[in-house]
Amino acid sequence: MRRIIDPRSEGGARRPRKVGLLAAQILVVALAATLTARMWYLQVPMAEHYQSLAAANHIQELVVPATRGQILDAQGRPLVRNRTELTVSADYHQLERSPDGGEEVLRNVADLLDVPFEELQRRTRLCGPDVSRPCWQGSPYQPITLVEDVDARLALQIMERREDFPGITAQQRPVRGYPMEDRAAQLLGYLQPVTQEELEEREDLRTQFTGVDYVGRDGLEAVYDDELRGTSGVRKYEVDSRGNVTGVFSETPPEPGDHLVTSIDERVQRVTEDALAKGLESAGGPADSAAAVVLDVNTGHVVSMASLPSYDPSVWEGGIDQETYDELLSEDAGDPLTSRAIQGQYPPASTFKVTSLAAGAENGVPLDKTFSCPSSISVGGRSFQNYEGSGHGSLSLHKAIVVSCNTVFYQMAYDMWKEDGGLSPDEEPEDAMTTMAHDFGFGEPTGIDLPHEGSGRVPDREWKREYWEDTREQACERAERGYPEEDDPERAEYLEQVAEEQCADGYRWRAGDAVNFSIGQGDLVVTPLQLARAYAAIANGGTLHEPRIGKALVAADGTGVTEIESGEPDKLPVSDRTLDYLRSALADVPRKGTARGAFGGFPLDEVPVAGKTGTATSTGKKESGWFASYAPADDPQFAVVVLISQGGTGGAVAAPVVREIYDGIYGFSGPEDADDAESADGDPDDQRGSEPALPGGEPPTELPTVRSDGSIVAPGEPD
Amino acid sequence: MTAYTSPHVAPATWREVVGRVFAVGVRRRVDWVLVAAVLVLSAVGSLLVWTSTHTPEDPAVAAGYVQRHLVHLGMAVLCGALVASVDYRAPRAYAPVVYLLSLAGLALVFTPLGEVVNGSRGWISVAGLQAQPAEFVKVALILATAMLLGEPRDGEHAPTTRDVVFALAALASPMVMVLVQPDLGSSLVLGAIFLGMLSMSGAPVRWIAGLLGCGLVAVLCVWWFDLLQDYQLARVTTLFDPTADPQGRGYNANQAIIAVGSGGFEGTGLFQGEQTSGRFVPEQHTDFIFTVAAEELGFIGGVLIIALLTLVIWRVLRVAAGCEQPYARLVCVGVATWLTFQGFVNIGMTLGVAPITGLPLPFLSYGGTATIATMVAIGLVLAIHARDRGFEHA
Repeated sequence: MRRIIDPRSEGGARRPRKVGLLAAQILVVALAATLTARMWYLQVPMAEHYQSLAAANHIQELVVPATRGQILDAQGRPLVRNRTELTVSADYHQLERSPDGGEEVLRNVADLLDVPFEELQRRTRLCGPDVSRPCWQGSPYQPITLVEDVDARLALQIMERREDFPGITAQQRPVRGYPMEDRAAQLLGYLQPVTQEELEEREDLRTQFTGVDYVGRDGLEAVYDDELRGTSGVRKYEVDSRGNVTGVFSETPPEPGDHLVTSIDERVQRVTEDALAKGLESAGGPADSAAAVVLDVNTGHVVSMASLPSYDPSVWEGGIDQETYDELLSEDAGDPLTSRAIQGQYPPASTFKVTSLAAGAENGVPLDKTFSCPSSISVGGRSFQNYEGSGHGSLSLHKAIVVSCNTVFYQMAYDMWKEDGGLSPDEEPEDAMTTMAHDFGFGEPTGIDLPHEGSGRVPDREWKREYWEDTREQACERAERGYPEEDDPERAEYLEQVAEEQCADGYRWRAGDAVNFSIGQGDLVVTPLQLARAYAAIANGGTLHEPRIGKALVAADGTGVTEIESGEPDKLPVSDRTLDYLRSALADVPRKGTARGAFGGFPLDEVPVAGKTGTATSTGKKESGWFASYAPADDPQFAVVVLISQGGTGGAVAAPVVREIYDGIYGFSGPEDADDAESADGDPDDQRGSEPALPGGEPPTELPTVRSDGSIVAPGEPD
Repeated sequence: MTAYTSPHVAPATWREVVGRVFAVGVRRRVDWVLVAAVLVLSAVGSLLVWTSTHTPEDPAVAAGYVQRHLVHLGMAVLCGALVASVDYRAPRAYAPVVYLLSLAGLALVFTPLGEVVNGSRGWISVAGLQAQPAEFVKVALILATAMLLGEPRDGEHAPTTRDVVFALAALASPMVMVLVQPDLGSSLVLGAIFLGMLSMSGAPVRWIAGLLGCGLVAVLCVWWFDLLQDYQLARVTTLFDPTADPQGRGYNANQAIIAVGSGGFEGTGLFQGEQTSGRFVPEQHTDFIFTVAAEELGFIGGVLIIALLTLVIWRVLRVAAGCEQPYARLVCVGVATWLTFQGFVNIGMTLGVAPITGLPLPFLSYGGTATIATMVAIGLVLAIHARDRGFEHA
């Protein structure tokens, strides 16, 4: 290659190239300036934004759930406690990092614990839009539960052979324990995993939940959920890009939930449940359900409350399986989730006569006169009879309560109805009986600290009009069409007549309505709790308390006590004289009235019991028996109400259960060996058959104490 | 070959090399500003390699990286010094050989000696030593292109069409071989080097405009006919919206910007960066080393690095401006284009203004072959500066 250098030509070309190089230098500086400007934007005005993003990057928050508070009885005994069970869990990241994705480890676990490997593998997947259960709903920084309730011996093997089980641990986990098994199940309620809807509804939950938490779903667990739950802690981990935890950044320890001290007495609850179960069983036949309520008449606190059929709430533990759930809801189970004590609504029948008598007495019916008790009276062209059609001649109102005469109250109600103007009522009819029913707290929820409380129904004029407006069309259609499907022509005609009446002027408060109402029949329904509260009010001199189960919330370390207030009590608009009269009549029912049989052998001299039987009838069903009571009659402490649905008459089926509850509370021997006790020498002490469930016959006024170490001491005992 | 072909002047002994370097320096024929800038950048790079590989539990890991990096750097400085000390015309003589050797190296990648790293068959591994032939190809392409465009034929003072065609042919084979590895970043660097040198060669403007036009058409074709791999397309789309898929395609871009932004004005301090110590930015000791600087040294540190890099390029272009010989000037232009394109695209991708390509940051990133190749390139520039300084520098 040859070249001739021509300096002129070279020099001529150089100038533009110099310009080009200068342009290149400017371009480079411009590029550098652009990058600098961009960097300035990211690092100065936007620095805070990116710093927060970086923090979110390397800090992982783990919500540490707080230990849920226990539910205690008035003596500090646990009704719901936290028991521990051993669970085997896996560290998500450690499984992820192992070469086979943790397969070998999971196979080892599956072999040891005898569970299917596939199940374990599915459980270790994180739940997501494409991953359905079983999968892990929680954070990957939480240990993933593989197997629950593991035998301690097997769990120990895992901990001893760490090298065979990398990333696997056995841990103790608190679960709810129910020492009373199926007793008070509806009252205590249960826990279930929180649902998306609940999270959306409750703002406070959202920040607290990790995705595997439980909320109280019924009963006390639901009502006092916030207090029992406590406050979750937050542990912030520093992590690197692979999710490895490199340290703990900060930790806010969880604050354990408060213990709920209730007014329930665990022993009385047992006595109540056992007596009720026995009563329901011995009633036999179609008897399908039963309820019992024991109230402290002076405070309105619930000492025990039972509803049958029941179930063991431990079935909810760890998430209920579909089979058990279906079983719970099946017809055979008899709806064990419903508390008959607060949700069951039944006609109060003769137990309601106390209200009728009070209504009469406060509206001019003389308490010192006698009244006639025929076997039946005719009202509005219809005959209304005594129960089983027997008459008692002439008697006082006292006697009318004791022997439960219906016709006296029919007449009283009929007279009052006529005074109000009958079928063409006055401008402002007194409606003394329905008004008094409302005053006794019927027709609206009592306000007890339990969810889903029933309100009962007081069928007054207003209700009748509303009901008529709602059902008029059907009634008129029936009046037209009759009841061709009814076999019995007589009954068909009766039904058609009723329908005609209902269609034409069903809104009217008829004499029949008033008469039925006076003995707690017809459309009047009450809950056992409402009735117990009404009897407690009669017993305590007319104070209608808002019932409460929760007495106080006590911090887990005993440092704080928050008493649970109940609403302002109502006052019965009934004079002391009338109340005295009622109490003396009720006190004679177990001695010589309709409950005489049930209280045979009961030491009424020692603990006089006052009460009233009731037998609710409804067409096509067996009658349901009530006994509403309080004791001691001379210094009332407890109100006890028992209902046996479709069990028979109140005196035969309900009163014996109430008696057994009193037996248990005071420690009397039962009716079986009462004869022996009587034949001995009549010393009342001899009749104490067993340890009284409530020594001294009074619920404690003090609260149990929680020591700083978390142990619980019964009230009155030294700390 | 006449007056300008020099005798073979390769040094015989170490002593001679040192003596020569020293002598050249003493005679003030060394661009000390350039040398200083390169050495400061390399020192900062070593620090960044240390902090980016530092793990508190196992200091030996970082120590290993730093040790290897320092060995690479030592070798690189030595190679650079060697190249700087010889007459720049000596490598010119070997340019065809160097070019063919680099092509052979690229071919080796496709033999069993080749190794796949990060999805790209860009490495050869012999007896435990690894090398990235694409890095050497950059130097070889600069030499070959300078030879073809920088030595006008008799009677010409600028490359003719034929020269340009030859140069294009010389570009085509390495570029295609790099592209199929696949290493889009390096092949773009090769294209950029060629375009930069061509535009400064005095070649007809129609060629420059034509090639730029062809490049544009090629990009559009790729776009329309869907020729890019999904991941390559994703790198471009995440450039426009890095938050589109933060855990997937946009992850690198997103984490890089977070690292840079969270550094703030003053930075967190060395070994204090949470993004860095948590390893949130992948490849942070190689391709993404700038994020470490920006997080731990802040805006101040970032500006320092950009300024030093600009200074290096500026000085290289200054050497180019002073060159008497078109060949020498084009070598300098090639080196400047290389450093500019690769350096600024690398920094740009950590700042979210350039697509993510697997390119190391010159002088700073960990990586033996790349370090040696850049130092050799700087050596070439220094050699040219020492001997071809035109009249205004004399």
